[in-house]
Amino acid sequence: MGTTSPNQGSQEYEEQHVHNVYEQIASHFSSTRYKPWPIVQRFLQELPPGSVGLDVGCGNGKYLTVNPNVFIVASDRSVNLVKFASQHRPHASVVADNLSLPHPSSSFDFAISVAVVHHLSSHPRRVQAIAAILQTLQPSPETEQNPSNSKHVGGKALIYVWALEQKASRRGWDEGDEQDVMVPWVMKTKSTQVGNENSETFHRYYHLYRQGELEGDIVEAGGRVAESGYEKDNWWAIAVRNK
Amino acid sequence: MKLLTVNFLTCAVKGCKGSAASFPLHFEDAELEQREIGYNPTFLSNILPRLDWDAITTTALELGFTNLPATKPDGSFETADEHKVMRDLHTLLMETEVVQGKMVCRNCGHAYQIKEGIANFLLPNHLV
Ligand SMILES: [Zn+2]
Repeated sequence: MGTTSPNQGSQEYEEQHVHNVYEQIASHFSSTRYKPWPIVQRFLQELPPGSVGLDVGCGNGKYLTVNPNVFIVASDRSVNLVKFASQHRPHASVVADNLSLPHPSSSFDFAISVAVVHHLSSHPRRVQAIAAILQTLQPSPETEQNPSNSKHVGGKALIYVWALEQKASRRGWDEGDEQDVMVPWVMKTKSTQVGNENSETFHRYYHLYRQGELEGDIVEAGGRVAESGYEKDNWWAIAVRNK
Repeated sequence: MKLLTVNFLTCAVKGCKGSAASFPLHFEDAELEQREIGYNPTFLSNILPRLDWDAITTTALELGFTNLPATKPDGSFETADEHKVMRDLHTLLMETEVVQGKMVCRNCGHAYQIKEGIANFLLPNHLV
């Protein structure tokens, strides 16, 4: 189903078709989200102990269980999801918007943003979201003003988005299909009457990334792609800062 | 929200990012709680190089903790004295939680609320 809403591409649109939905389905969503994606797990496990980084759009914080030797400041727009995320130690979780991140610039060793950027409802907003993440990273050494400081290896960000090319999935989308879609979330709700179970369907907005598009967005956001690939219905890329 | 977090937070307003006055954020009406978490000197020692010590000191003094060393400890924890320093740091940074209150940006004056231990950085429309 395509989206033709006149305010697509705005904060209000995402408020209605992304943020409000997650706030309502938070508890049910969280109970289904516990298995980390292998690429994300590997990225986090390979970080040197003592690294400090961000999980932008952390949801219920399922990646906060992967590596207890680094410190992660996680954030999400949904208060209800952050309540789940904040239970994972030694990390921290705050409520924030990924276009207005409350973190100092050029400070972090790493960032992850998993299944988040595809919820921004226009191309400029998705590029802005990636730029906001890149801005928090320590600049990479090639462009470092002071190259004598060899300890600075530069920060890296793992960005992970839903792919258009997923013919084998239960959704069955593939090359050439509409990229802006509304995806249903069916939530069973217990009625107050005994024995009654209802279900309610919520729709979330997604932009499905086609091959090469994520890399393009990263470059447009002022980053460089260090590594990229495809993992089970998703495109991912590891980005570093260009400037 | 544990105090270690404050060292990695600043104002969410774009125009404040470059301003020295926006870091660290300053507490008002902060209610604290001690929440025990296993002492892990290795973790602290690894994180120490990443800390802005001046900002830690500012935050600590604001909340009434006056026993912080003036300069950043080197992260060793072999002698009893060194363990004492690390344990104090552990208590302050890992176990001290702000459960209620505000964090204020000294550049724009915006106050971010902390409720039930969760800080909220969503901006009102006119500040986005
Ligand atoms: Zn400010």
